[in-house]
Parts: sequence; structure tokens; C-alpha cells
Amino acid sequence: MKCSQFLQELTDYLDGVIDTKTRAELEDHLQWCHNCYVVVSTTKRTIEIYRDSKLYEIPDDLRNRLRSAIMSKCAAHKKSPDKKT
Amino acid sequence: MPPIQSKGTEAVTDELALVQAAKRGDISAFEQLVKRYDRNVFRIAQHITQNREDAEDVVQDAFLKAYQNLESFQEQSKFYTWLVRIAVNEALMRLRKRRTAKTVSIDEDVQTEDDAIPREVADWSPNPEQLYDQAELKEILGKTVQGLPPTFRTVFVLRDVEGLSTEETADALELSVPAVKSRLLRARLQLRDRLTKYFGKKSSRSNQP
Repeated sequence: MKCSQFLQELTDYLDGVIDTKTRAELEDHLQWCHNCYVVVSTTKRTIEIYRDSKLYEIPDDLRNRLRSAIMSKCAAHKKSPDKKT
Repeated sequence: MPPIQSKGTEAVTDELALVQAAKRGDISAFEQLVKRYDRNVFRIAQHITQNREDAEDVVQDAFLKAYQNLESFQEQSKFYTWLVRIAVNEALMRLRKRRTAKTVSIDEDVQTEDDAIPREVADWSPNPEQLYDQAELKEILGKTVQGLPPTFRTVFVLRDVEGLSTEETADALELSVPAVKSRLLRARLQLRDRLTKYFGKKSSRSNQP
């Protein structure tokens, strides 16, 4: 297996949605290809770091303000559904 | 190496009960749905628009549109996936407005021949996130994801940050599963490549003079 073929399967490999035979071939490739091993481990870390980062968490005060704006627009729409709220 | 797991489905039945109550006119049921998903919609909107004001508008407009069109929600898919589709469209529309010279579409497939081939294969420090404090780390992650084409960061945020499955992401974006996979692969590799500058062993602070 070439590195380019390995990379084509990388997403399915990381997501664990790959058949047993292909998985075995990929893992065999990883045994001897250090570059692909590094790509796998650092790509996995990339996903984990973003998932755990709490990047773009909405602050509580903004969250409350937006929710009350949404609900008052919804209430206005409920009263007169034809009007643009 | 264990696979990255999707967050999976959660309380679908409960969600459907809230949607049905909201359809019958129970506005507090809709408020429960807002409370359940407003954080997710904000994160998605901020990832796509990269603009705080736009993200706030997207949250408001997406929920309002969902409420106004609740009757047309068919209940065959998950409410959340339907809401995400509305939010993504709103966010892309805002982005388009800000970049009038350049159209932005989720269909656009930014591709160069070798963009899926990692250029920098340096290994990372064992605990890369510990090289920086929280604020610095967020700045690095924000700057890095901002550098991706909008179509890539949209797929990345839905699939990897929000934990939608590939099929749900395809459904929300009205793309084919292979198109989602192709964008996701390139998004992941580009982010990895760019983060290597900060997290690679050579960039470890202890090695710097």
C-alpha cells in the first residue's frame, strides 16, 4: 500500500468505519511507515483538541439575551403569523 | 489506535415530543428546544462566519425560521439536523454578504491536486495543548480554523466538533456522503498541517532560546 492510498482511507480509519481487511492493510502499512503513523496520531489529536477546546462557547449573558429575543419574536409570530417578525 | 467516536444520537423521542408540542402551539416546548441547541447553533455559526455579530444574528434567525416553518418539518429526520441545515444556510448567507466579491457555496469544492498530501510530517510534542495557556490555545485554534475555506470548516465543525455522523452531515448540508468525506479529509489534514507549526516538537517552547 502506498502512502497516498493510505491517506484516502484515513477518514474512515479514524472514524472506525472500515472493513476488517482494509483495516489490517492500513495497520500493516503503519507498522513500517513512520510518516503515516505520525499523520494518523497528530490528525487524531487535532480532532480531539478542537472537540475539547470549548472554542466559541456562548457566554451565559449573551445566551440569555438571545433566547429572550428569540422567544419574543416567536410569541409575536404566534400572535400574527402572517406578519414578518 | 481506537477510532474517534461520534457523539451518537440522544433523546430523540423526547425531542420529537417537544417538537410535536411546539407544533400544537406550546411555545415553552419550543423554548426547551432553544435551550437544548442554542450553544451548538452558536458554535456552528461562529465557526462558519468567523464573526461574532453575524453568529448572534444566525442564532436568532435560525431559531425564528425553525419556529415559523415548524409545520413543514416532516419528523422523518432529527429536528436537530433540520435546525442545523437552517443555521448553516443562514451562516453562509451572512458570509456571502460580507464577501460580496466572492460567492460562497457549500457545493464549492476547493481542490488542488496535492492538497490532501501532508507537507509537514514532523511529530508533535506529547501534550501539545499544554505548551500554551487557555487563551493562547484558543487564539491558535481560532486562527487556524479561520484559515480553512468556508466549505471545509463547515464540514469540520458539524462532523468533528458537533459530532454529527457523516450521514447526518451530508443530510444537513445536502451533500453526498463521498463529498462530505472528501471535504472532511482535506479539512482535517489542513488543520493538522497548520497546527504542526505550533505543536510540532521543534516549536516546543523549551527548545526555543
